[in-house]
Amino acid sequence: MRPVLFFLLTFPLAAQQPDGARGAAIYSSQCAICHGRQGEGGRGPSLARARLRHAPSDESLMRLIRAGLPGGGMPGTWLNDFELRDVAAHVRSLGRFPRPPVAGDAARGETVYLKAGCAKCHTLRGEGGAFGPDLTGIGSRRNAGHLRASVLDPAADVPAGFVLIHADKITGARVNEDTFSVQIRDASGKLHSFWKSALTSLRKEPGKTAMPSYRGTLQGEDLDNLIAYLASQEDLP
Amino acid sequence: MNLLLLLLAQLTYDRLLHPDREPGNWLTYSGNYASHHYSPLGQITRANVGRLKPAWMYQIRGREHFETMPLVFDGVMYITDPPSDVTALDLRTGRPIWHYRRAIPPGIAVCCGQVNRGVAALGGQIFVTTIDAHVVALDAATGRVRWDIEIADRKLAYSLTAAPLALKDRIIVGMAGAEYGVRGFLDAYDAKTGRRLWRFYTTPGPGEPGHETWSGDSWKMGGATTWVTGSYDPELNLVYWGTGNPGPDYDGTVRAGDNLYSDSVIALDADTGKLKWHFQFTPHDVNDMDSNQIPVLIDAPWNGRMRKLMLFANRNAFYYVLDRATGEFLRARQFTRQNWAKSIDPKTGRPVPNIEQTTPNSTGALVYPDDDGTSNWFSPSYSPRTKLFYQNVREKGAYYYKADTKFQPGRLYLGATKRDIPNEEAYGTLRALHALTGEQAWEFRMHSPPWGGVLATAGDLVFSGTMEGDFFALDALNGKPLWRFQTGGEIWANPISYRSEGKQYIALAAGSALMVFGLD
Repeated sequence: MRPVLFFLLTFPLAAQQPDGARGAAIYSSQCAICHGRQGEGGRGPSLARARLRHAPSDESLMRLIRAGLPGGGMPGTWLNDFELRDVAAHVRSLGRFPRPPVAGDAARGETVYLKAGCAKCHTLRGEGGAFGPDLTGIGSRRNAGHLRASVLDPAADVPAGFVLIHADKITGARVNEDTFSVQIRDASGKLHSFWKSALTSLRKEPGKTAMPSYRGTLQGEDLDNLIAYLASQEDLP
Repeated sequence: MNLLLLLLAQLTYDRLLHPDREPGNWLTYSGNYASHHYSPLGQITRANVGRLKPAWMYQIRGREHFETMPLVFDGVMYITDPPSDVTALDLRTGRPIWHYRRAIPPGIAVCCGQVNRGVAALGGQIFVTTIDAHVVALDAATGRVRWDIEIADRKLAYSLTAAPLALKDRIIVGMAGAEYGVRGFLDAYDAKTGRRLWRFYTTPGPGEPGHETWSGDSWKMGGATTWVTGSYDPELNLVYWGTGNPGPDYDGTVRAGDNLYSDSVIALDADTGKLKWHFQFTPHDVNDMDSNQIPVLIDAPWNGRMRKLMLFANRNAFYYVLDRATGEFLRARQFTRQNWAKSIDPKTGRPVPNIEQTTPNSTGALVYPDDDGTSNWFSPSYSPRTKLFYQNVREKGAYYYKADTKFQPGRLYLGATKRDIPNEEAYGTLRALHALTGEQAWEFRMHSPPWGGVLATAGDLVFSGTMEGDFFALDALNGKPLWRFQTGGEIWANPISYRSEGKQYIALAAGSALMVFGLD
């Protein structure tokens, strides 16, 4: 939140601070059913992010909560201005990650990133493979602790939406699927499209990762530097 | 327009009573009063369905889910496009004849989008319900407003999404808003004037039978809404309608008791709105098991004698057979995964709920099905040829966490939050059930839980669609896929079939397009 801007836009409301407890209670009863208890998303999009696509400013966030997103599935509400302010403040808090200082050296971490072969599967600012999740801006979505855990034990928390598929002899990440067809991308980045009726075997492994663990491979300073590098990745403007 | 055409545009009650005399039309929401959602047209068959091709498309402007069930008669198709607009289309070319466009005020509070599922027609008028809680009668020839009445307060989150059901001289109108602490009702309006003929409140007030099933004042915001079009038996003169969840959806502590007539099917006298009987599928629901499904009426032998039956594939994962004259419970059979009920009493149909397991708590109660149900508003289909009941099924569970419950007018009144099951891929099925037993004949698996309904035809085909845009036809006898078309948009609607200039067509809303398919 930018208090100065907030003050200017909503002068009468600024006389008192947002009521955090009330904002949380409104969020829990009105918003969490779709956006998740911690804003992790569900039927509605995740709110646990620094920048909300439809509500870049506090004013637009309050406006959006009031009017809803006709056509986007989000209903309007009859909250009063004070309640709107409180729940908007709570929504903002969901996207504020604690960013504790990171031990390593981000600049040196880039060398580790390239040497360890991360770019073979991951894209960073337009460079790299398309097999694994895009890491552009990952530092604004995941904290250093989470990033470290993902590097050492990637199987523990596979990103939502990543599904490993074995279609006959091809293994890859699911790009898309419907009732009759499936599209997958293999580790080399090649796209394959299949009619299911033409496949002899089709196996899905939701919750499985194709990423190897780097425990033992990366340690000490190298590991710290890599984590520092990833944690320093900000969203594109 | 000449006199003959004007006369043709009169959709009389007599015509609505006998849709079998004009199988090329689609006159009511579910195709007939018995809600078979079945087409007696057999030109498109298992042998030739492979040649089905798009004939025309009509694109709407809205971005909400396109859930319309088209009506077709006298050379015109009537559709609704969200939020609450109506368009009449020339059946031959797909070109619009008129539009009714309604300005919707901002800040509409609805759980599930500003959607609409279709119109009703009677006597030269088209009837639409609106998201801002009005009922509007339009001139069928021009789309001009004949009357427009407000039936509830949109600021208290009352909204209307269902197609009315036209019968005799009246239209029956259901309403929505049970996630917001509204009080449910079912209304009848004079088709000519819009005057209200009766209202039946689905949560009984003081002094009415059933009132004792609600603690304190909980009946006042008890939900039990009526947001899916029901059925009608002209001989018994009974209107059958499913009712929704009690409010708050997930917190039963503030509404001790069975909470009649939530999660029920009610049978009302069409003339007076008086309750003839009711059957409650899920007493004291804490899992949002709306019974807003479509009661399907068939006459069939039961233990050696013909009986008037009702088939009901409930959102709670059980398939029910009831006697529709008396409401007597005859059978229930589980048709997919569920964990909310330990069993169903074979005599009374009353469930033994698994309260310890499925009541939302602080650590997350795992519930199958989730709050979108197994079945939902999307239509099943009954084929009198195969005697199978075709039902799309959502195969999905979720975790429910207790949350703040405080009633405030016009606001969500839920009592829980939800989390999907990590790493469990939900899916969908189209299940064919033997109508009298509920036993499964076959199933067809879909990639994800569907939001579209099913149409069976006399060509022994079953049509349906998926959330990934696949529109498909199966062999009605064994579920084998025979045809598919990728529409490119999510399918949130029920297919219908009609005949134009001697040719059978299949129509379906997909994405933002009303699509019509015919043989090449």
